[in-house]
Amino acid sequence: MSFRDDFDTVIPRHLVIAMAVLLVAALSLSLFAWHMRKTVASAPVAAVDTRPLAPPVAGPTERVTLFVAHDEDGTLRAESAQIPMPSGRQQRAEELLRALVSHYLDKSSPHVLGAGSEVRSVFLVDPGVAVIDVNAAFADTHRSGVLVEGLTVASLIHTISANTPGILKVKILVDGKERDTLAGHADLSDFYDVTAVNQLTTQLQPGQ
Amino acid sequence: MERGERQDARAGRPRDSRQEAGATLSSKRLLWRFMVVILTLGALFLSGAPSEKHLSVYSLAANYSLPLVQREGREYVGLLELLEPLGKVSAKSDGSRWRLRYNNAEGIFQASKTRARVQDRDTDLGGKFLMENKRGLVPVGSLSSLLPRFLGGPVSLHEDSNRLFIGSAATHFTAALAGDNPPKLVFHFTSPVNPSIATEPGSLRMTFSREPLVGPASPTLTFGSKAIPSASYSEGNGSAVVTVNSTIPVMATFGNDGRTITVAPTAAGAAAQSAAPTGTPAAGSSPTPGQAASPVPVLTPAPQVPAARRYFAVVDASHGGDDHGETLSSSLLEKDVTVALARSLRQELESRGITTLVLRDSDANLSLDQRAIFANADHAAIYIALHAASSGRGVRVFTALLPFGGDDRGPFRSWTTAQHATLPLSQATASAVVGELQKRQVPVRDLVAPLRPLNNVAGPAIAVEIAPQGSDVSQLTAPDYQQLVTSAVATAIAANRDQLGAAP
Repeated sequence: MSFRDDFDTVIPRHLVIAMAVLLVAALSLSLFAWHMRKTVASAPVAAVDTRPLAPPVAGPTERVTLFVAHDEDGTLRAESAQIPMPSGRQQRAEELLRALVSHYLDKSSPHVLGAGSEVRSVFLVDPGVAVIDVNAAFADTHRSGVLVEGLTVASLIHTISANTPGILKVKILVDGKERDTLAGHADLSDFYDVTAVNQLTTQLQPGQ
Repeated sequence: MERGERQDARAGRPRDSRQEAGATLSSKRLLWRFMVVILTLGALFLSGAPSEKHLSVYSLAANYSLPLVQREGREYVGLLELLEPLGKVSAKSDGSRWRLRYNNAEGIFQASKTRARVQDRDTDLGGKFLMENKRGLVPVGSLSSLLPRFLGGPVSLHEDSNRLFIGSAATHFTAALAGDNPPKLVFHFTSPVNPSIATEPGSLRMTFSREPLVGPASPTLTFGSKAIPSASYSEGNGSAVVTVNSTIPVMATFGNDGRTITVAPTAAGAAAQSAAPTGTPAAGSSPTPGQAASPVPVLTPAPQVPAARRYFAVVDASHGGDDHGETLSSSLLEKDVTVALARSLRQELESRGITTLVLRDSDANLSLDQRAIFANADHAAIYIALHAASSGRGVRVFTALLPFGGDDRGPFRSWTTAQHATLPLSQATASAVVGELQKRQVPVRDLVAPLRPLNNVAGPAIAVEIAPQGSDVSQLTAPDYQQLVTSAVATAIAANRDQLGAAP
């Protein structure tokens, strides 16, 4: 009996053909995947889109107080700003924080945030709950440190609570999701108690 | 051609339907075997690496463990990492040559060579010296001859169990029965211990990973008790294990500040012991069908061991492992600075008579929850988390900024606000630390921070973030600056020892 006879006896022809087809398909897919990977690798990486997510609000301006962090002496200072403010309570809160963040995006800012940092939205939920949703770049490019992260958190929360009466607790989300910390230190897993943050804000006043 | 047969055209011989069925069956079996082999290989691949081996090092300065790597059929360890917690050490690589300096001793190693020159004398390594990413790796077996040259003192290597004892670091123990009814087995240790304890039917196992426990002359101890007949000592993968064999449910309790462990029957075990016949059945009695002649214990896990305070202070080197913390400079990570600070603070505290546990003494991953659990389980009088930063000037001392809500329920404390009850004491301690730093002319601030795990610690807890006094980040690694800060922290804690010690 020849080897060929034995082979034919053990594996029917249709199975051999099926296995050959599968092998060819696997090889073709591998080549295709390799080609795609090469194409993606050689494609130019798109620059970070630093444009704001929402167009600037037009209309009557209003004087508001922003609580701006200063890294040099680790303080939080009240600064007056004239910004366009919509009429809705939630939209006002959003514009307020967007104005604060745009202040930090300026190169001459006393507390620089990474390029592309943005407040995506603010939700005001009854009773007394504010949810601030920042984008991924805000957290990913944030500098790490207990004080530097604490300054950002205190600045956001104190600015929104001082200008929007009735807020008792604040939650910070990153890209719509809960995150453990801002950049390795400031806890984002719980709701912030506005009263407790006010204590931090007082400690961060110049001269304290 | 007969019915039921057909002619195979190529082979020119008949094949009946049974042959055909057999052929199909064989091919199916072949395919099945092929699939089983593929699945097995896949499972092996996905099962991941085997459990990591490590070397436990015990010395009077520090107890720590290091990962071992398998190379050339031997276990290797990084020599620089091994000596780092023991003294001042530096290494320099020049091509295939690696020069290591420990305090005043110098060693020269050559990649792929089995001999090294330490203190101008040749030493056999028992295997090749390896260099990987400028790390010098030596066979574990060579440590017993290599380390005495560097350290100038004796070392004892338990190679089979990967345990290394430097100098006179060793904890001995004795075990003796106390009382008959119920019997108690009392272990006395020469220094405080805190083993992990597990029970299983017929035994209670105490695993000592951090203590330099050494065994008695005989690995098996017998006590002549029916309830607790024997105990045995064994070592493996960097740990020592004492197993108590028992015929009734037993539990362990700590005493004498962790120097004594008493193994005694649980309430159910004691009842079973007193109700059970002690030897042969009483005259006239006989076991009923289906009932055993001797008591068959139903063992349940021992209740939680009431923990005594073993360490007054728990020092937490924040970050570690995959969590680098802040990248302070291109060559300096926060996680490395915090370990150095933690070691310095431990030295300062212990020199003031304060027992101290450093939670992370190597580059290990430790979750925030684990850190709080360690501090809470030890009932530490003070928990100190250490951080380092490049921004700002001087030192910041933080207490917890508690999150909203998290009300306690009856006797249970909320995990997120566990710090609530002791926050005033934490703030008093922080103020004391600030005062000491001010005395030393170090710029310092006293703040609250949303920083875990401060809010999860049930006892007094503070965090200290150290930034350079000027703009030079390298000051964070300067021993004199580190000591300036850690000595101030230790002095403040020592001054508040009575107040902190009285905390629940």
